Amino acid sequence: MDNQPVYTSPPGIQQTRKRKSRDFSQLSPFWNVIANLIAGVFSILCVFPFVFVLILSFTDEDTLAMNGYRIFPEKWSIDAYSYIFNVGNQLLRSYGVTLFITVVGTLLSLVIISLYAYALSRKSFKYRGFFSFIAFFTLLFNGGLVPFYMVATQLLHIKDSIWALILPLCVNAFYILIMRTFFLTMVPDAIIESGKIDGASEFRVFRSLVLPLSLPGLATIGLFSTLGYWNDWFNALLFIENPKLVPLQAMLMRIENNMQFILQNSSMMSSAEGLEIIRNMPQDTSRMAMVILATGPIVLAYPFFQRYFVQGLTIGAVKE
Amino acid sequence: MKATLRFIKDLNKNKAFLWMVLPGALWFLFFSYLPILGTVIAFKQYRFHKDGFLASIINSQWVGWKNFEFLFSTEDAYIITRNTILYNFIFIVSGLVCSVLMAIILSEIVNRKLAKWYQTGMFLPHFLSWIVVSYFAFSFLSADKGALNQLLGSFGVEPIAWYSETAYWPYILVLMNLWKTIGYTSVVYLAAIIGIDKSYYEAAMIDGANKWQQIRNITIPMIKPLMIILTLLAIGRIFYSDFGLFYQVPRNSGSLFSVTNVIDTYVYRGLKVSGEIGMSTAAGLYQSFIGFILVLTSNALVRKINKDQALF
Repeated sequence: MDNQPVYTSPPGIQQTRKRKSRDFSQLSPFWNVIANLIAGVFSILCVFPFVFVLILSFTDEDTLAMNGYRIFPEKWSIDAYSYIFNVGNQLLRSYGVTLFITVVGTLLSLVIISLYAYALSRKSFKYRGFFSFIAFFTLLFNGGLVPFYMVATQLLHIKDSIWALILPLCVNAFYILIMRTFFLTMVPDAIIESGKIDGASEFRVFRSLVLPLSLPGLATIGLFSTLGYWNDWFNALLFIENPKLVPLQAMLMRIENNMQFILQNSSMMSSAEGLEIIRNMPQDTSRMAMVILATGPIVLAYPFFQRYFVQGLTIGAVKE
Repeated sequence: MKATLRFIKDLNKNKAFLWMVLPGALWFLFFSYLPILGTVIAFKQYRFHKDGFLASIINSQWVGWKNFEFLFSTEDAYIITRNTILYNFIFIVSGLVCSVLMAIILSEIVNRKLAKWYQTGMFLPHFLSWIVVSYFAFSFLSADKGALNQLLGSFGVEPIAWYSETAYWPYILVLMNLWKTIGYTSVVYLAAIIGIDKSYYEAAMIDGANKWQQIRNITIPMIKPLMIILTLLAIGRIFYSDFGLFYQVPRNSGSLFSVTNVIDTYVYRGLKVSGEIGMSTAAGLYQSFIGFILVLTSNALVRKINKDQALF
């Protein structure tokens, strides 16, 4: 191309101009590549194990037994999934338990936390100092696991009940702190006053004026709770023995060493034909498939909700 | 009489608010304050009584400091304290350095769209439970099928029994912790960096400051308050550890206890496995008490240096 130089400025001038703007406002190309490499490699490392387990769950059981866990399996298979859907009533049951405690628990904790936090945010509440202390002291000091366990089992008698999976996670002083900050910063006093002048009761003001303005805060706390309930296994480990009440994560824990657990609710245990199917169960790969089925919803959903999680912590760190 | 009357009047005036805090206050009573009173078990020889918690406490024999004496006469007390503090110390330092670094890197990447993708990727581990993470770890560390032994094998290294060799676990646990937490904390720092007023950087550019000088003199000082608050929170919890990391990731392997047993796992095993109720309550109380003192001291220290950055 003969005429190209006509359209471009002399190389020397362009370069100096470019370097000038580069030096001060953004990284030089070299360091930009380094930065991309570090961040890129680390983020791949964070996602890779999930992909690896996904591959394992689609590996043929015999191939896996022979070759070990490989990124590129010799033979693919969907046996694991078809077995789980055929015999795994336990999976369905555990999904149900997890869904139930997540929905009920999140709603319950939203109600309790927002009511408590709203009262603390109101300057006209005479005992706000006392109730603030009641909540925040629990962040500094607690009785430990054993007395907590004893109160829950011997006083509240929630052992082996669905409440053992809901109540312990329901309130958290840190969430109250976040929510109170939200009310203080997002809801102008004037709005509350206007409601009071119109003769609305405190509950009415809270429900019709305050809550609609605090939806981002409620979303943050609600998502924190949802994640907490979905991923909880510790309370199941402490309190649950009845297989009918075992949530997803706890089920994953129980099948770590043997797959028998997911067969407990299966009708196949009684027939000879069923026992044969169970004997041929692809143990290793179905275990991995269970991991995928239990985490799938979260992995698909979190990219859309992540900003609320950041919001929560940055707000929580702001003091009144 | 007058005081009582005024009190009743006050209660009545605050009726609506009191109803609002009631459910939360009940929760705190049952799940926080009764357990705090229940720590009296640490001074008793605990016996279950069929009439419930109160009857059990009343009917258990008072033994004073015996449970604590037993606890501290065992080697366990030393091991769990050492493990808890050392691991947490390394977690705090490595976590702070890595996540601030990662946040600065993410904030400086020229292509913002790519940076967003990286950020989303490294956020994933935060959303997974330790159970799931332990499966991930197992797919790499399993002695006969694991990816790591296969990789080592291709270099001619003999397979390693990861779940029974104590030497590797301090590294594994530190790396696992970083892997799971960096994404979240760096995104939090990133949010703080993005919130910094751009005019500081413009002024610095006019004065001829280069990128490194800008990072050192603007970015880091501006996120220092957040660094202090988060570190302070972490120091206050240096006596507590992430139960899932220490219990689930090593798959509760007995031969690893010397490097994986921390106060939380010790208390859990005391309660559910060996049934040493008194002693594990004592260990829990020891944890809460030292933790409480640590929060108060670290807060007081920060208060002395800079009042605004203290937690309370």
